[in-house]
Amino acid sequence: MSNPRTLFDKIWDNHVVHRQDDGTCLLYIDRHLVHEVTSPQAFEGLRMTGRKVRRPENTLAVPDHNVPTSGRAQGIADEESRIQVETLSRNCEEFGVQLFGMNDIRQGVVHIIGPEQGFTLPGMTIVCGDSHTATHGAFGSLAFGIGTSEVEHVLATQTLIQKPAKNMRITVEGDLLPGVTAKDMILHIIGVIGTAGGTGYVIEYAGEAMRKLSMEGRMTICNMSIEAGARAGLIAPDETTFEYIKGRPLAPKAGNWEQAVAYWKTLPSDAGAKYDKEIVVQAADIEPQVTWGTSPEDVVGISAFVPAPSDGRDANKKSAIERSLDYMGLKAGQRVQDIIIDKVFIGSCTNGRIEDLREVARIAKGRKVAESVYAMIVPGSGLVKLQAEEEGLDEIFIEAGFDWREPGCSMCLAMNADRLSPGERCASTSNRNFEGRQGRGGRTHLLSPAMAAAAAIAGHLADVRDYE
Amino acid sequence: MEKFTSLTSVAAPLPLVNIDTDMIIPKQFLKTVKRTGLKAGLFYELRTDEQGNPKDFVLDEPAYKDAKILVTGDNFGCGSSREHAPWALLDQGIRCVIAPSFADIFYNNCFKNGILPIALPQEQVDMLMDDARRGSNAVVSVDLENQEIKGPDGGTITFEVDAHRKHCLLNGLDDIGLTFEKAEHIDQFEAKRKATQPWL
Ligand code: SF4
Repeated sequence: MSNPRTLFDKIWDNHVVHRQDDGTCLLYIDRHLVHEVTSPQAFEGLRMTGRKVRRPENTLAVPDHNVPTSGRAQGIADEESRIQVETLSRNCEEFGVQLFGMNDIRQGVVHIIGPEQGFTLPGMTIVCGDSHTATHGAFGSLAFGIGTSEVEHVLATQTLIQKPAKNMRITVEGDLLPGVTAKDMILHIIGVIGTAGGTGYVIEYAGEAMRKLSMEGRMTICNMSIEAGARAGLIAPDETTFEYIKGRPLAPKAGNWEQAVAYWKTLPSDAGAKYDKEIVVQAADIEPQVTWGTSPEDVVGISAFVPAPSDGRDANKKSAIERSLDYMGLKAGQRVQDIIIDKVFIGSCTNGRIEDLREVARIAKGRKVAESVYAMIVPGSGLVKLQAEEEGLDEIFIEAGFDWREPGCSMCLAMNADRLSPGERCASTSNRNFEGRQGRGGRTHLLSPAMAAAAAIAGHLADVRDYE
Repeated sequence: MEKFTSLTSVAAPLPLVNIDTDMIIPKQFLKTVKRTGLKAGLFYELRTDEQGNPKDFVLDEPAYKDAKILVTGDNFGCGSSREHAPWALLDQGIRCVIAPSFADIFYNNCFKNGILPIALPQEQVDMLMDDARRGSNAVVSVDLENQEIKGPDGGTITFEVDAHRKHCLLNGLDDIGLTFEKAEHIDQFEAKRKATQPWL
């Protein structure tokens, strides 16, 4: 019998086209997602060398980073943004790639639309010129971000030159406490292993608390694998996965469905499979989380206090804490719940799905956004928006004083017009709190959708458990 | 891609940990549809004040403006997959980055653009950081063939690099060209995949 293998090993082995003596592999890529920011130079490269897209039918493109989230009928005001979005349309037409244009109901953040369409399936290799491609690992597919040179490589050859990653397993044991969500789990995990903790690894998430998550929650977890340093995150497919996929536009159809499910059931890691590193976290140790600094690892529970430079484990970390406190305008020892906010951003590929919006609505219902706060909700896709409206969530949001907008990346990275001004402080459901991420001089606190809703209402960072 | 064999240059010190891709090149510079001219965005927020006026920044000091080597902190290049980060470094003239560790995607992107990222133990990076701080009085040589760094005082440090990547960098090879030579294998793989996983 062959050695027990991990989920990662199985997907890898199934996609090796050719192996060199030194272990470098040519890996087949099943699905390629494309957006406007990281693709123009890749298409230009194809044009210059007279190459074609090898499998246009396995490639799907969408503009998301630059699109406005209001007044779309007027087009894109910023000229460079407009050119980038138009360039994507032109490239897709020229190379025969399917595009969900800005006014297509299926348009949205690239990592939301892949799963939504059934483009993302278990056991696949999936890439995109975007680090949050890790999101798709929630289906038990090996999904990772690549640079533009590699985008061109995949367009031309449907393969990538890769070496296998190491295997890490993070097991979350037991049940989550009330008010604690997938976002809190992953922020807590990043706090434990650090933003470089997963470098060189693919992380498989396991344990009871993971198994009980919905697909939306699993996507939130895998999405932020990159913030833990790992290029990819994985969760073994199960009935929850199959249930989610069934009936989606690009899912396997009757006839093929049974065969596909039978294959997917062979994917979970074998008993006794070896991991290069194992981490165990107790679900009961996790309370609602919020970041205080400028790295996702700068995270604490909502009942905690802002740390001091002297809490750093070494000289580098001490000076990093000092720099972060200065940038964030915070004092060591300050109560996290006393931090006053100016804006709230709910959306992104981390938390822009329907379940996230339901969570926000649950907290916001019958309450009002604080006078001093501007709070925006940007659904992850046109279809998420539609569903939220069908469920009447938009009315709850508008009634409470939230701004209900069009889908896109928006203030997750502030490449369109949605951004923070210098010194402004934002409670955000996105994934990065780097300096300047949401606008130059802007200050970001990462948290879950429910926590963001509570902060919007309170006007400061708040404990969602007081709002249940 | 330009070959990388060896280079000798002053090294610019940038002693910060977790330098992310938003710091290397902020989003407003990602709207380009070209690979060139990105120097203007490199370390923009470290380099300019809120009005866009120059601040003191190491790469703008006379001693370091022609530096081809950057010595920096742990987890360099974390964050997004934007290849604009190595493009901007290259446009500035940086061909080699030395740090205790790199984020995976950034590390990989460097090799696609003729930049050599070198990961070394913290103590060795600290030594090179001290050398780098001496400015134009101290040049560092990097020799890829022999996987060696020579400091200004004659000390030698060896470094690790993956054999395949080294070969491509030394010869300036284009990955896509190499993969096209394996087209037959790809055809066979696709035929097999179609038979066994018809839903794909
Ligand atoms: S929502 Fe944010 S993290 Fe996700 S793809 Fe868009 S910019 Fe990147």
